[in-house]
Amino acid sequence: MHNLTLTQIANGLEAGDFTSVEITQHFLDRIEKLDQGNDGINSFITVTKEQAISDATAADERRAAGKATKWTGVPFAHKDIFCTDGVLTTCGSKMLGNFIPPYDATVVDNFKKQGAVCLGKTNMDEFAMGSSNETSFFGGVKNPWDKDRIPGGSSGGSAAAVAARLVPAATATDTGGSIRQPAALCGLTGLKPTYGRCSRFGMIAFASSLDQAGPMTRNAEDAAMMLNVMSSFDEKDSTSIDQEIPDYTASLNNDIKGKVIGLPKEYFPENLDPAMAETVRAAISEYEKMGCTIKEISLPNTHLSIPAYYVVAPAECSANLSRMDGVRFGHRCEDPKDLRDLYCRSRGEGFGDEVKRRIMIGTYALSTGFYDAYYVKAQKIRRLIKDDFMKAFEEVDFVMGPTSPTPAFKVGEKTDDPVAMYLEDAFTIATNLAGLPGMSIPAGKVNNLPVGLQIIGNYWSEADMLNVAHKFQQVTTHHNDAPQGI
Amino acid sequence: MALDRSDVKNIAELARLSLAEGEIDQYQSDLSNILNLVEQMNAVNTDNVQPLAHPTDAVQRLRADVVTETNQREKYMACAPAQEDGLFLVPKVID
Amino acid sequence: MEWEVVIGLEIHAQLATKSKIFSGSSTAFGAEPNSQASLVDLGLPGVLPVFNAEALAMAVKFGCAIEAEIGKISVFDRKNYFYPDSPKGYQTTQLHHPIVGMGAIDITLDDGTTRTINVTRAHLEEDAGKSLHEDFSGMTGIDLNRAGTPLIEIVSEPEMRNAKEAVAYFKKIHSIVTYLGICDGDLSQGSMRCDCNVSLRPVGQEEFGTRTEIKNVNSFRFVEQAINVEIARQRDILEDGGMIHQETRLFDANKMETRSMRSKEVANDYRYFPCPDLLPIVIDDEYIEAIRKTLPELPDQKKQRLMDAQGLSEYDASVLTATRELAAYFEQAAQKCGDYKLAANWVMGELSAALNKNEVEITNCPISADNLGAMIARIKDNTISGKGAKSVFAALWDLDEGEQKGDNVDSLIESLGLKQVSDSGAIESIVDEVLANNVSQVDNYVSAEPDKRGKMVGFFVGQVMKASKGSANPGMVNKVLKQKLDEKC
Repeated sequence: MHNLTLTQIANGLEAGDFTSVEITQHFLDRIEKLDQGNDGINSFITVTKEQAISDATAADERRAAGKATKWTGVPFAHKDIFCTDGVLTTCGSKMLGNFIPPYDATVVDNFKKQGAVCLGKTNMDEFAMGSSNETSFFGGVKNPWDKDRIPGGSSGGSAAAVAARLVPAATATDTGGSIRQPAALCGLTGLKPTYGRCSRFGMIAFASSLDQAGPMTRNAEDAAMMLNVMSSFDEKDSTSIDQEIPDYTASLNNDIKGKVIGLPKEYFPENLDPAMAETVRAAISEYEKMGCTIKEISLPNTHLSIPAYYVVAPAECSANLSRMDGVRFGHRCEDPKDLRDLYCRSRGEGFGDEVKRRIMIGTYALSTGFYDAYYVKAQKIRRLIKDDFMKAFEEVDFVMGPTSPTPAFKVGEKTDDPVAMYLEDAFTIATNLAGLPGMSIPAGKVNNLPVGLQIIGNYWSEADMLNVAHKFQQVTTHHNDAPQGI
Repeated sequence: MALDRSDVKNIAELARLSLAEGEIDQYQSDLSNILNLVEQMNAVNTDNVQPLAHPTDAVQRLRADVVTETNQREKYMACAPAQEDGLFLVPKVID
Repeated sequence: MEWEVVIGLEIHAQLATKSKIFSGSSTAFGAEPNSQASLVDLGLPGVLPVFNAEALAMAVKFGCAIEAEIGKISVFDRKNYFYPDSPKGYQTTQLHHPIVGMGAIDITLDDGTTRTINVTRAHLEEDAGKSLHEDFSGMTGIDLNRAGTPLIEIVSEPEMRNAKEAVAYFKKIHSIVTYLGICDGDLSQGSMRCDCNVSLRPVGQEEFGTRTEIKNVNSFRFVEQAINVEIARQRDILEDGGMIHQETRLFDANKMETRSMRSKEVANDYRYFPCPDLLPIVIDDEYIEAIRKTLPELPDQKKQRLMDAQGLSEYDASVLTATRELAAYFEQAAQKCGDYKLAANWVMGELSAALNKNEVEITNCPISADNLGAMIARIKDNTISGKGAKSVFAALWDLDEGEQKGDNVDSLIESLGLKQVSDSGAIESIVDEVLANNVSQVDNYVSAEPDKRGKMVGFFVGQVMKASKGSANPGMVNKVLKQKLDEKC
């Protein structure tokens, strides 16, 4: 039953093959068995068992009453970055280790309105800062493909949970690759939509101008079903954009013949592992077989995306995380002797190393005398990067390349070298800086580990991206591969 | 750009982060490495480039001036670590 | 040494919107602590701001009123600092691209001279919450009801040269924002607060001396006192050869001193950058012009009209237009009686004195403008004398609120017996009687040199008034007397 995709589960519920309570219980049992304990994957921070069963019961009743939507009773999970009314929301941090939000994020609300059943909150890098899920205060997450390896991050919990068939789909967020990279490393389909597509209200901010929510699923069809719910125009989010929301499942089978795919030479650098390059090129050749044209292109400022990102994201996060001060919610140090002590110790104790590093880099980049050299410079680079893409999209419909430079690496391999960790996102960060939609789909394997094919589209082209992804998955089987023992 | 220990301490103070004395060296080296990475930006001339603060060209939407919120103090303050008489408590503030 | 004082003011005015600048919470004053603090105002994780249209309109209105450049593209920035009344750890404000650019206002000083003070800029920002220092188990209590109330911060050029000018400027800004209806102007509730930047430099020196900033001064009187106290402090230090430290100070009205703010001792680095949760505010000429059309008559325009059309002196017109409330009261009374000059005399004379004596604001004046106007009309049509009017005024003052609403001037005049005799027949008969009873004085009058006769009329007026028990209209008495006496010559 757990091998069913999200779409298959929705159809099964509709056909009466099983009830929501049955499928929900099945996944909850798997979570208990495979996720928890020392050998567990640790992809969940909170499992909302009772709530899930009660929601599933209500969903079955609604279905019996003939009031079901496609989503009624369908189980899924939220990344623990989305505020859930009355349910612990930690953002992977000790700082919010006791934070029970008094409200729902808009994305959470969207799922509730559809009658979906949330099983719990998935593990993540602390405040979404990380590419391996190792910065979570609640422990790292194991990659179901190889438990000695990381699942990627920051949405590592969502990715591992879906890969391990603990849940058919999960929400995720992507600030510099946090949906696409773990999707690639766990053999999944992950989509970061255009900036402004999904509401950021209630999604705990890391870097406001880069953050965007999106689905983590097994295939493009499921991603389309997820995006249908996740997308909304939200008056509570000034950066939400009132753009028509198509039915993303409607165009999955459109003909893609004649589409032009650009391969940026910068996404296949000389030092890229030949096996990676080969696997990705092989995947792209499938598109040639389907009648697409492949074109070499250049995104000349790609190499500047990581440097610019590590100014913009830390600068924004340094301010976004200032509200974590031990006054109104969250961790507060014992017996603060004065105000300064309250702030410094609450924050010093509540944040982990990577979060502190980024807050400090951001603080430095914005400080007097450095603002122009760092912050303004980075914003200018950001313009150059966007311009690169805009030029490319005059000639091509999609940009494709590897999602990450390597498959999943070993736990602990890069924890001592922040810069090495940052380079993990070399191919994903540019799309966040430009606000473009990006996607990762399984492209094959290297050393038995999944490798992702990244698809970048123009603004608001999610339906077209899902279409080309789905077409690929109609002629390939990588997305159906499950980790051994799952 | 290499930071020295006092830079690290100043930044931590501005950001209100207590660092143990023994951690400073590690931060000093990590932050310096990150700044070296960041400074690759300097390789490109951006004199005539307009900064881009937001990926889209959208402009600020306006909200009608209507009171939509009701008193939810009890619920909103339930997660406060220290409170009394409907107030958040902090160590004595001296102006 | 001769010192020149340099003063610049930063005035914070709370905009009179119903809801907050970035949330739908009420901005009403005086609610239970934290009962008007929404998720957004509390800065809970995940919440986002959405900008209030009315706050924008009000700021643009102010810009139009001072004929300033309006920022077609303005941007909100984050000003980063940790303080418990600032829940997000930053204040959302405007640094590089304010909504209102350079403008100017004219101020009128006590000696009647006017000066133009340039306004550098005015920008939108959010107010902070309040720290309550009463003892909560040795802690400070934080109330975030005020957090997120829209403010416009109006920054002047450092062009004022003494405390009186600063107060005149503050008052003028107060009158503009209240005329516009964009701020209730209630200083006692903190609706307007003023930061005073003060420095001294030797007369003739071009560059500015080191300045100090006196924070959050909340009355006109305190602005004057605080600045004067600070000038004296700085002068003492400079004359002793000392240096002024650039710092933030607080004014203590009880001790009549300013003192350094301990919380601001450490120089902060605010790390301003554009708020990524808010997008640029873009407005066009059409928007600005539509707002410009809604501008009410402003104090300067009203003053000019009162001078040009109603013949008031510049001084009277200035005083009467200084606040929106006083101007409205005055105009109502003047229209009712149809005599602006007479109304001006009464409002600036008897009424002001009574308000001052009883410490009542014009908004709570016990005499309605209509009643004052009606009373003045009765002076004008000779129903009552000026002296009688003072009795009517006193009686009106003592009416209770409900009674003010009625048209009770005439009945008061009646019941007080203050109605003048203006019937010429009646006056003539009294005059005849007085002349008959004072034959020798009449003879003296007749035999006097014509140019000395004028002074002698007074005696007869007195006698007539006495005979009429004060009710005869003095003007008519004069007229009739002159006529009758001259007939005898």
